Amino acid sequence: MGRRSLGRFLRPVLMRLTQALLVALIVGALGFALMAALPGDQAFRLAAARYGPDMGDAAAAALVRQELGLDRPWAVQFLDWVGRLMRLDLGHSLVTGEPVLEELTMQLGYTLALAGVALPLSALLGLPLGLLAGLRPGGPMDRITLGLSVLLRAIPAYALGLFLVTVFSIHLGWLPPAGFEGWREFVLPALTLALGLAALSARVARDSVAVVAASPFMAFARWKGLPERAVVLRHGLRNAAIPVVALLGLQLIGLVEGLIIVESLFSWPGIGHALVHAIFARDVPVVQGTALALGLIFVLVNAFVDLACALADPRRARAAT
Amino acid sequence: MFRRSLGALGAATLVARPARSHAPATTRRPGERVLRVVAPFEFAGPDPARSGHVFARMGVGEMLLGADPEGRPVPMLAECWSTSPNGLLHRFVLRPGVRFHDGSPLTAEAAAESLRHAHAAASPFSRVPVAAIEATSDAVLIRLSRPFAPLPAVLANYASMILAPAAYDEAGRVRAVIGTGPFRVERFSPPLQLDVERFEGWWGPRPAIGRASYLVVSQGEARATMAESGHADLTMALQPVTVARLRRSPRLEVLTVPVPRTRILKLNAASPYFADQRVRQALSLAIDRQGIAAALVRNPAMAADQLFPPTLQDWHLPAPPPRRDLERARTLLAEAGWRPGQDGILVDAGRRRFACRCITYINWPELPPIATALQAQFRELGIDMSVAIGNSSDIPRGHRDGTLEMALMARNYALVPDPLATLLQDFQPGGGDWGAMGWSDPALDAALHALSAPAGDPTAARRQAAGILREALPVIPIAWSELGVAVSRDLAGVTVDPFETSYRLHDIAWLR
Repeated sequence: MGRRSLGRFLRPVLMRLTQALLVALIVGALGFALMAALPGDQAFRLAAARYGPDMGDAAAAALVRQELGLDRPWAVQFLDWVGRLMRLDLGHSLVTGEPVLEELTMQLGYTLALAGVALPLSALLGLPLGLLAGLRPGGPMDRITLGLSVLLRAIPAYALGLFLVTVFSIHLGWLPPAGFEGWREFVLPALTLALGLAALSARVARDSVAVVAASPFMAFARWKGLPERAVVLRHGLRNAAIPVVALLGLQLIGLVEGLIIVESLFSWPGIGHALVHAIFARDVPVVQGTALALGLIFVLVNAFVDLACALADPRRARAAT
Repeated sequence: MFRRSLGALGAATLVARPARSHAPATTRRPGERVLRVVAPFEFAGPDPARSGHVFARMGVGEMLLGADPEGRPVPMLAECWSTSPNGLLHRFVLRPGVRFHDGSPLTAEAAAESLRHAHAAASPFSRVPVAAIEATSDAVLIRLSRPFAPLPAVLANYASMILAPAAYDEAGRVRAVIGTGPFRVERFSPPLQLDVERFEGWWGPRPAIGRASYLVVSQGEARATMAESGHADLTMALQPVTVARLRRSPRLEVLTVPVPRTRILKLNAASPYFADQRVRQALSLAIDRQGIAAALVRNPAMAADQLFPPTLQDWHLPAPPPRRDLERARTLLAEAGWRPGQDGILVDAGRRRFACRCITYINWPELPPIATALQAQFRELGIDMSVAIGNSSDIPRGHRDGTLEMALMARNYALVPDPLATLLQDFQPGGGDWGAMGWSDPALDAALHALSAPAGDPTAARRQAAGILREALPVIPIAWSELGVAVSRDLAGVTVDPFETSYRLHDIAWLR
């Protein structure tokens, strides 16, 4: 690989690194500002989250305020966070008292495990259907998948999850409606996430395949006598894959949005569940840490998507230089 | 071919980042069946003040004393106890030969140190007027600055849990739950799961259950489904709407016990709306308690026109079931100066409309529907009550800054098994965050004060206090509570503790 082409790949990586730094600062500042802007008194909220409603009274709130120095000015508390972030210290949860990094690592593990099942599952469900639909645009398969996609995108994850629980847990009794111990507990939350994602990927794959299949370069490849295998591998696959790979970055937005709801619904101890609880409790370090992790994952995935797209379509990278 | 390749590419890119689970591998002993407890209560960290309810219920941590089904203190880590005639010195003699889960012996100094930590934390014990906590060779001495009769009950609260010296770090924070109970922590994954295993060195008889897990499932419907489908052996805090369905399940037995948790309407008696006792009485008369109890609590017997249910005999006043009386309510309001305005809403002599705001919260899922039922029922009197659903902490905060007008809440009078401890806090002269606001009564103060002192028969004073609260209505009782538990028919020996201090796992055995 020449110097120029190395630069071609390094440039976006450096750009993403700068972006990651900016994301960290902006996410931290936003998390802080939004939590400060929310109604309710932080010490009272934390006392209720720590000790439960019956013990969460003014005396408990006073203890919390004193222990955590919550009456310090917001600016001081924020600078404190920035200072600790520089030392790669995300602080301690104000509710549990445990290090945020420790809690995040565990929660992220559960979330990635769930996402790691949901994403391939969505690909298994969505891409073959999209392919079938794309090969015969306007055909019955196309219409059926269009209807299904619209329906699944329109149903909120919460309702979809409840529907699946009703069918598979209550009526059929096959799968547990909550828990996170074994593979059976994975099925319903992963399926809830995957169906929403598959609805989108099926349509993108369908359009992409339809365009590529009907393109002049595919027809030309066949005319010039290339065997079908070479036509597909050299010309079809690469071209059809670009929008699908780019979709991965977009899927992540849907995934995060879905995770927050699905984890709460299925009592899954992941990052989404933790984020909701931390917001209710005004647990600022956990909100900041979680948002930071999500933001950095977002940057990372987009960097991978960029690289993959550049590999699949060198014209893009050339255009960028 | 084309289809297959593109599908494979798609799948390959989507699994490009392998999932890494941090869920620690469980070390399951083959054949050992795990008793699965499912409950709605999350827990946060190892500190007993925050998560002690789970450790106590799962038999991990123990306190000096426990409570019997009537709430009377019984020996636990303390074998016996005594109080000096002036009520200021309490002596708790420790059970000999007790060991912590790390093998270290339970000493009086270790117990005293745990209690000092509990006193510094946000715990019921921190509200006790303690002058000193001392250790002798075999006993813990607690010196008080003034008599506080419910002290033994406070020591039965989970936040007064006794942990090993090694459980605390140098700063005095709890780092690990090293208790003395029949079960010890196998895996602690806050906020949702706790796995425990039998502690062979427990001082009591060896439990039949070897392993148990506690899983938090906050949705009531999901808990019911787990019980029904056999994914839970003990399912706690059943929602009233699911009880009838679960009773029909052949694999379950449903137990319900009345618990001293009362849904009450807190009123700001310092506000121009509720200062007049006649207005508070009118509101109470306008509530269709039977209807609310039947429709939303699913048991008409839970209709409450006094704070304490019949199970707390000393605190309960015999009375016929509460009845709605709108005519009498309107008369009382008219006597208090409230007349219907042009739009039907009451106005007083100063043309002030009777429009007020009631706040409630969702920790107890029945509270918002009860609030809307009250809204409709008060509307019939000409009271325009809006409902705001928020966080439970809005209530103590609104109490403190004086902005609170009404609040619908579920108050637990059994957090400390003697209700006196909670009453002293809720109805003290300045009011309480979860009790009276802008209201006090010297007669009630005298009755509660008398109950705090060590001498005499408390029954009369308890009845007197209950009578004052029922008449003056600083808070309006609406419905009592039941604890519903679904028990797998594979289990024997399950009993339900109305004070929810323990699931009594050590008494349970597998039938098959």
